[in-house]
Amino acid sequence: MTLTAGPGTEELKAHALRIRERIVDVCATPEGGHLGGSLSLVEVLTSLYFDIMRVDPGHPDDPERDIFLLSKGHAAIGLYCTLAERGFFDPEELSGYATTGSRFMAHPVKAVPGVEMPTGSLGHGPALAIGFALAARLSGSARRTFVAIGDGEMQEGSVWEGAMGAAALGLDNLVAIVDRNGLQLTGATEDIVPMESVGERWRSFGWAVREVDGQDIAQVRAALAETPWEPGRPSVLVARTTKGAGVPFVAGNAKSHYVNFTERQHGRARSALRRSAPRGGGDE
Amino acid sequence: MSDTLPTRQAYRNRLVELLPEHERAICLDTDTGLFSGVDFGSAAERYVNIGIAEHNLMGMAAGMAASGWTPYVNTMAAFATSRAIEAIKIDIAYNAVPVRIMATHGGLSAGHLGPTHQCLEDLAVMRALPNMTVVVPADAEATTALVDDSLTLPGPLYVRLGRKATPPLPGAERPVIGKLQRLRPGTEVVIVACGPYPVHAALQAADQLTGLDVGVVNAHTLKPFDVAGLLDATAGARLVVTVEEHWRSGGLGAAVTETLAEHNPIHVSRIGMPDTFAGYVGSQQDLLEHYGITADAVVQAVHQQLTATR
Repeated sequence: MTLTAGPGTEELKAHALRIRERIVDVCATPEGGHLGGSLSLVEVLTSLYFDIMRVDPGHPDDPERDIFLLSKGHAAIGLYCTLAERGFFDPEELSGYATTGSRFMAHPVKAVPGVEMPTGSLGHGPALAIGFALAARLSGSARRTFVAIGDGEMQEGSVWEGAMGAAALGLDNLVAIVDRNGLQLTGATEDIVPMESVGERWRSFGWAVREVDGQDIAQVRAALAETPWEPGRPSVLVARTTKGAGVPFVAGNAKSHYVNFTERQHGRARSALRRSAPRGGGDE
Repeated sequence: MSDTLPTRQAYRNRLVELLPEHERAICLDTDTGLFSGVDFGSAAERYVNIGIAEHNLMGMAAGMAASGWTPYVNTMAAFATSRAIEAIKIDIAYNAVPVRIMATHGGLSAGHLGPTHQCLEDLAVMRALPNMTVVVPADAEATTALVDDSLTLPGPLYVRLGRKATPPLPGAERPVIGKLQRLRPGTEVVIVACGPYPVHAALQAADQLTGLDVGVVNAHTLKPFDVAGLLDATAGARLVVTVEEHWRSGGLGAAVTETLAEHNPIHVSRIGMPDTFAGYVGSQQDLLEHYGITADAVVQAVHQQLTATR
């Protein structure tokens, strides 16, 4: 897939804005939700689902589709809203998020069209992704596998088991994206478990590494469009993002991790999104 | 009685034969050594030693199975069911994908390697998981049959295998997954066992219990448990005894007592590993003797219970 064949950047930004609006709406439903880590991932999800990945909302089980795994499963709202925007199901359904009998749980479930695997216990995505990628290689399929990992999630040992394993197998049809928003539930990752240089760590495990501004959709799509960056190596995009990006009064704040908006806060968030450029970034 | 192949070798030998014919089957290994020097022939690219990484093993197997493959994954029972349990639970059982967990060194078969390598909890742990089939073949021949059946069995499968050669089970019919195997008719006392040594202990005990009508059942499938088969085999029995190479909690004894408590509350005496780690150094057989998983222990339990209730 080439950049020229894909949608324009402005079109992607428009999708990203609508996805953000829906995320904010879902976080105003009775249970609230994982706001910050969903918002930080919007440009990555938009690039994947509207430009990079081969997916067909009418045929979610198409055997030649590309695979996306949300290893940071708590960003399920971000994924659901992206799938809805892409046409996998009626966005109206999201108003019932987490209500009794709904198919939308707070962590991804396969009952939702487009969700490949249930995730949420951190550190499972890399191994799953290796399985999909190895199966594709052995089958001679052009399928690619993408897995989004949280930066706090990198504290799970199984991430590094997978990092070693994927490099050992030389799976260059595998792409990981680290949502480097710098925050985890109770504070800054660097105050809890320092993990810089993130890129150097992955590089030393045998991966091809690129770093981008993860809220700049042009940078994100350009990097993802060119994988594999090095033949014989899996690729990892370190997306430097802002937790809560796009909603200034929560952006960059660890408390954005889980939010149950009041009606007033919901209105403020929606207004901010209307006013702000779709680029978000939390610096407006 | 002369020993035959270890069940793990029976599995290996059969898988090596089957792999070339089944193009969507793959063998994923964690450097166990079980396949050292093996020639997979035309299936060579479908044997992958991923290194010592059991979580990664289970997760990638789930990913492959979700892509239409049937992975045979290899590690020791202890590392499969304790270390990698979360990946088995979430990635394999929750998705109900056809991963075959081939777990060697089950029970006390790790012998002198000690409690780090012994596994006396696997049946309890795996039995608790929805969608999982849990099987303990009693000898090499049964293992071969099981491997054949595993190619088409839907959903995930856990197979407990041993380490060293164990006695064959002569004259037994081919086991069918999910069906209890009646090895000896008898209705007054019914001994239900699983695994090579416990089944032998059950048969020997039945021989020793002269004057009683003693039946022996091989419960090779712990899940799905053959409730109808157990109720049929134990109808009218005065006493049921379970024998297993497993802590007494959660395994075969639990499956049998849970079933009977609900449907036909007969007294059950459970022979198994006491609630302790093996602090005693010895071979598998030494440990079974030391911890009382023997024919003599079965005979004693029967006499004790029947005397108490006379």
